[in-house]
Amino acid sequence: MSRLSRATEALALDGPTEPLLARAKREPARPTPGATTGGARPGSRPRRPDEDPPAVRWALVGFALLFLAAFVVLPASVVLVEALRGGVALWWKALVDADALSAVKLTLLVAAISVPLNALFGLAAAWSITRFRYRGKHVLLSLIDLPFGVSPVISGMITVLLFGAQGWLGPWLVAHGYKVVFAVPGIVVATVFVTFPFVARELIPFMQTQGAEEEEAALVLGASGWQILTRVTLPNVKWSLLYGVILCNARAMGEFGAVSVVSGHIRGVTNTISLHVEILYNEYAFQAAFAVASLLFLVAIATLGAKQALEWRQRAALRAAAQRNVL
Amino acid sequence: MSISIRGLSKAFDGHPVLNDVTLEIPEGELVALLGPSGCGKTTLLRIIAGLEMPDAGEVLHGGEDVSARSARERNVGLVFQHYALFRHMTVEENVAFALRVRRRPRAEVSARVAELLRLVQLDGHRTRYPHQLSGGQRQRVALARALATEPRILLLDEPFGALDARVRQELRRWLRRLHDELHVTSVFVTHDQEEAFEVSDRVVLMNAGRIEQVGSPAQVFEEPASPFVMRFLGAVNVFHGRVDGDRAYVNDLEFAAPGAAGRAPAHVYVRPHELDVHRAAAPGSFAARVERLVPLGGAVRVELSAPTYGRGAVEAELDLRKSEALGLAPGDRVWLSPRRVRVFTPTPEELDSLTASEL
Repeated sequence: MSRLSRATEALALDGPTEPLLARAKREPARPTPGATTGGARPGSRPRRPDEDPPAVRWALVGFALLFLAAFVVLPASVVLVEALRGGVALWWKALVDADALSAVKLTLLVAAISVPLNALFGLAAAWSITRFRYRGKHVLLSLIDLPFGVSPVISGMITVLLFGAQGWLGPWLVAHGYKVVFAVPGIVVATVFVTFPFVARELIPFMQTQGAEEEEAALVLGASGWQILTRVTLPNVKWSLLYGVILCNARAMGEFGAVSVVSGHIRGVTNTISLHVEILYNEYAFQAAFAVASLLFLVAIATLGAKQALEWRQRAALRAAAQRNVL
Repeated sequence: MSISIRGLSKAFDGHPVLNDVTLEIPEGELVALLGPSGCGKTTLLRIIAGLEMPDAGEVLHGGEDVSARSARERNVGLVFQHYALFRHMTVEENVAFALRVRRRPRAEVSARVAELLRLVQLDGHRTRYPHQLSGGQRQRVALARALATEPRILLLDEPFGALDARVRQELRRWLRRLHDELHVTSVFVTHDQEEAFEVSDRVVLMNAGRIEQVGSPAQVFEEPASPFVMRFLGAVNVFHGRVDGDRAYVNDLEFAAPGAAGRAPAHVYVRPHELDVHRAAAPGSFAARVERLVPLGGAVRVELSAPTYGRGAVEAELDLRKSEALGLAPGDRVWLSPRRVRVFTPTPEELDSLTASEL
């Protein structure tokens, strides 16, 4: 389900429950004839008809909190605590280490190449899927989801099989002096493959609900394809596009499996941040490993923050739309 | 600019939507494409606009074949049912869009936009965004936007469909006045008979991808060319009978049936307001029982049963004065005489699928 429809659903649910809640607050619990014999404590709020018993509610909330603590809060704190165990100075030293810096640079470079590529691809794919009728559209749609279903290691293997020295295209590439596998291009190819669904998957449902009418209107009004794209389509999808780009970027920076297969782990040359963390960890340089890992953690926090901000924006827009419909 | 449509056919995924449609729309006329949903009227409009390509046939604008031209090159104004305003642009920017993509000089654009906004009475809203406007206002912006390049053809796809009844009424009259001022050849799609009759010079009735009849509102209402037209334009009573030569018979009632020939089963259609109600037997009448009286403001609908003339209810519509004079009450025995009938000889399938009792 798309974020948008989820937000709509939330709105739809807000509608009927709000008055109920308001009523519950306004009317203090009056002792009803049933309450005295029914055993409800005097002064307790009457239960809404769709409400579960308190025990069930507490159990569910408790379980969810416990789960979050065990699988999100605890690991996150471990990363931060371990990273700063030796003090800020040591943490900083691990970050400005030459190999660490080159890993950061490589990660930024890979993201800087693969994210725009995938933004472009996602936009083109979403455009073609939502704006045209043709055979094999469903196949294309399933193919876009492929990287979600395939283990990243397999994606890395595919890259090696295609571009490796013994691969299909490898010999030709080697003969012409191109090095793909165990070099930056291979890492970019693997990252692009793993992250290409993010933008398309974000845009397709959004563009589907929006429909093509505005673009048709622009066409009839005499706009060229480029004018329609830049003046109508892009301004309309910009928030969805940005959202997809943020997710795509987070994945591109954090990708491990596929990159691990194609990189060759050459220190200072083909190590990304996540690979560098692994190497440090395997060398028992725990403090340095966690210090570098904390960088990825910061990326995650920034992603989350940006994602939340975009969602608030979208929800506000939806609420405004809903209000308009009431008026 | 006149519009000619010749032998147009279109299918979506193997389902025919338009079937050999031919239509002439003279310059300056306001024509309504009227029909039930799924009859192909919107597809026809979109083909005229160039948003759909026909499988066969051609479209001429002003005698010139535009079949090969894209929507972009046809310079028609198109108004969508759900406005399709650019939501991130102000009213002014929306109206200016067509001029800006044509890179017209700034001064010309702003003068034209001001003129158009005056025309649609929205001069005070130029910096608003579409979501800050009411439905009626949005549709007027859409119209102003469509007229910006002075198109010689204006197409409207259910332009009032998404509006509430009162606004719809106002906008209809306004559209008619606007058309009388501008005289731009206009085609609008609607499924609402009243709307089509009120606004248009001519009505094109469509059904299942074909044109059933083309004519003025009075023509198609008074002389429906087919049972479909008869039924689509208002309530109708259907009696099963037969034709013999140029006479039609239902039980012992006899009607003139000009144009019919030979002997065949026939359907005799009578509109409720063309069915007279009498307190006593009159020549050419049949007995019925009053079941229910439904006041409709200026008129009263009388629902009757006449078992020998079909199992279903028979409807008559009387004006208030007549109904008061008769003083009808449920259970009363009355006599009905059709003032005017239309006789159609149905095809065998129609006879099977369609019985008076089902109506």
